[in-house]
Amino acid sequence: MKHCLIFFFAMICFSSLSAENISLIDVPWDDGKALELHWDLPFMPDSVSLSISDPEGNLIPTQIELGQTGRLQISDLNPDFEYRATLTAYKDNIPFRYQTTGQAREQWFYLHKSAFLILLLLICIAIIYYITAAKRGKDFFIRRISGLDSMEEAIGRATEKGKPILFVPGIGDLDDIQTIASLTILSHLAQRSAEYNTELIVPCRFSMVLSAAREVVKEAYMKVGRLDAYKPDSVFYLTDDQFGYVAGIDGIMLREQPAANFFLGSFYAESLILAETGHSTGAIQTAGTAQAHQLPFFVVSCDYTLIGEELFAASAYLSRDPQQLGSLKGHDFGKLLVILLIIAGVILEIAGISNLKDFIAGALS
Amino acid sequence: MKRSFPLVFAFIVGFLVLLAEFIPHRPFSQLISTLENWFMIIAGFAILLGQISLIRVNSRIISNKEHDWQYHLAGMISFALMLIVGVLWGMREAPGILGKGEDIALWMGMKPFDYLFTYAYMPLSATVFSLLAFFIASAAYRAFIIRGFESNLLMITAVIVIIGRTSIGSMLTGWLPESWSFWHIPNLADFIMEYPNTAAQRAIMISAGLGIIGSSLRIILGIERSYLGGDK
Repeated sequence: MKHCLIFFFAMICFSSLSAENISLIDVPWDDGKALELHWDLPFMPDSVSLSISDPEGNLIPTQIELGQTGRLQISDLNPDFEYRATLTAYKDNIPFRYQTTGQAREQWFYLHKSAFLILLLLICIAIIYYITAAKRGKDFFIRRISGLDSMEEAIGRATEKGKPILFVPGIGDLDDIQTIASLTILSHLAQRSAEYNTELIVPCRFSMVLSAAREVVKEAYMKVGRLDAYKPDSVFYLTDDQFGYVAGIDGIMLREQPAANFFLGSFYAESLILAETGHSTGAIQTAGTAQAHQLPFFVVSCDYTLIGEELFAASAYLSRDPQQLGSLKGHDFGKLLVILLIIAGVILEIAGISNLKDFIAGALS
Repeated sequence: MKRSFPLVFAFIVGFLVLLAEFIPHRPFSQLISTLENWFMIIAGFAILLGQISLIRVNSRIISNKEHDWQYHLAGMISFALMLIVGVLWGMREAPGILGKGEDIALWMGMKPFDYLFTYAYMPLSATVFSLLAFFIASAAYRAFIIRGFESNLLMITAVIVIIGRTSIGSMLTGWLPESWSFWHIPNLADFIMEYPNTAAQRAIMISAGLGIIGSSLRIILGIERSYLGGDK
């Protein structure tokens, strides 16, 4: 009789679905792939278990921490589905089951990226303003970049020695902005090498880069009226493999002994292997990358190094086009903005106000 | 038309990708991954261009018996060998045109492609990578030669970090009292790496970020055209 009563009591508890104690809320301002489970139980449970399932009954893996109240974010959900959460809390071996449903909704704006958007808009407006000002004829001072000024010297030396120029567009594919920046520099370099009739060697790691680099070099030769001097095989594919590519370039440097080496683009562990081999051949070396970890290697082994932003400014600097030079002034505005934000952030943090930090961190999280 | 179409295309795609960064709603939320898939498909087809280039350049060198043509021949044989065994028996779980090659895998221990990859390609790749250790030593020697104030500073900093990262650092200054713990070499090395080093790296990363914004904007607006081969 006693067991029957306990079983009866347990059944009542088990079936007493209390939606007020548990809720599945849509995470706001996101892509509709997350829900947040909130629970507030009337007692401290001995243990809890949670199951989240989609309309087809497939379970979503989750892990819940023991607590009378709490919240848990469930990610990687489908915004088209309504999910059912079942929280079972055990007290003295008696299960209490709570159920709720919820559906994630897609929003039209990532609120946590507001600061990022504002900064981006300010910098873009500044760049467009300076480009427009340059169009109207305003002259801007642009500091000298010795790595780019040396390009003429390197080409001249290669021409005098009758040796080729080696241009390595990095190990990134065409979806890497550093590779695009590298190809814009290649365009200027190819024009000069065509004018001086100096051989240019461009080994590529990816077929897409090969295709784009060939087009860039061919157009450059065409532009200076030396299409007859263009050799399609001077821009060639080596291998997709990182160290195979390095070994291939090292071989070219040792066999062909180029008078000038350009390593511009995205580089990783191979940067020092390339730069040191080039250094051992006595070539003038210019390198440039936005990979902060590889810059020390290039600085040590190369004659000139384009640091970070200089790689992206190279095309504008080399073209001497007022519009493009104007855009470089926009970069300076961006730097000023960042400096002011850092100073303001430090002062506010010292004063115990963390609103600015939180606002910016929202953009970075 | 030949020049204006890519410029218009770059503008539209660039602008849409920018929008997709801030709009989580469909279709924008799927735009970036869709474009990445398109890129992968195009890149897949472009692989053929690379293979054609590889065969053409190497064949010319071998047929003209240019300097060191033997290496190019070795490269072509390796290329052909990997291609043939891969096509015939496949790799890992993927079957080839002769099936999964269970018999040959039983004899060799693994499929021929995987065997060559593990016992030929991997050691070669590791060999090239290992050169880095020697190049770091030679580059470090050159960097640490004392020429002036900056190189002196660099050398002192580098020595502190090098010693601080080894057990010698703890041994040398382990006797310092707790109140002097900042001058304990491993702590000093940590401080250098955590503050001045991180600050410098972040400055470079911020400037690179600004460069990327400027460069992207020039490309989206069609001001930067040299990646298409010319300015006009």
